[in-house]
Amino acid sequence: MSKALREVRQDGQATIAVPTGEVDLHHSPGLYQELVEVCKARPARLVIDLREVTYMDSSGVSTLVEVFRTVNRYGGKLVLLAPTARVRGMFEIARLDKFFVICDTQEEAMG
Amino acid sequence: MVPPEPTDIRIPSDPAKLCVVREAVRRTTREAGFEDPDAEQVVLAVDEALANVIKHGYGGRHDQPIDIRIEYAAEPGRIGLRFVIRDFGRTVDPRTICGRDLDDVRPGGLGVHIMRTVMDEVRYAAAEGGGTRLDMLKWNTAGGKKT
Repeated sequence: MSKALREVRQDGQATIAVPTGEVDLHHSPGLYQELVEVCKARPARLVIDLREVTYMDSSGVSTLVEVFRTVNRYGGKLVLLAPTARVRGMFEIARLDKFFVICDTQEEAMG
Repeated sequence: MVPPEPTDIRIPSDPAKLCVVREAVRRTTREAGFEDPDAEQVVLAVDEALANVIKHGYGGRHDQPIDIRIEYAAEPGRIGLRFVIRDFGRTVDPRTICGRDLDDVRPGGLGVHIMRTVMDEVRYAAAEGGGTRLDMLKWNTAGGKKT
């Protein structure tokens, strides 16, 4: 089974997770499981780099909402980095563009 | 202009097959003159409709048929695309289908909201012989983004 996250790396206090490709009903469960694994280390700042995500449906958005709640529960912060116009459009339709912290640059995302 | 013949696609209710329909819808919306963001939003709405069939109509089973018809719609001065999605699963009472309150931020339940936001018409009906038929129409209007 292909991995949903191409890379997970540490940068100071932040953990950066890089999903790739299309996040739809087929791929969301795998992405969720991999992000849950990342959250087990309780990173103070989890940055999900969305630059390589070419498509996202509501199951992908639901995955991000679940991860947001998980990170929030242990007192961490979730930041979304540079979603493409398509993915940003999805957030806008779901009216979640103000719910998530979305940064355009990695510098900004690192706080 | 003579509108192209309808396109008929049958897929199994397997999430791995959704990308096949997305590509067909993406290509047809471009051929019909839709541009982003409308074009990609139509792809999303159809994808959400199919995901709902898999999750709710077929209860997550991956081996059941879903029929999709894509056809041109025309009225004086405008053209659009109609998508008819037919499943043979649990018949859904159209009166019970509604999007959830978006102020309640939680996973799930966004699909119907997306379909109704993006499309100009969304109509569910019990299908003859069982299952559900969903009709969705999107007109191609310049600057017609509805969000």
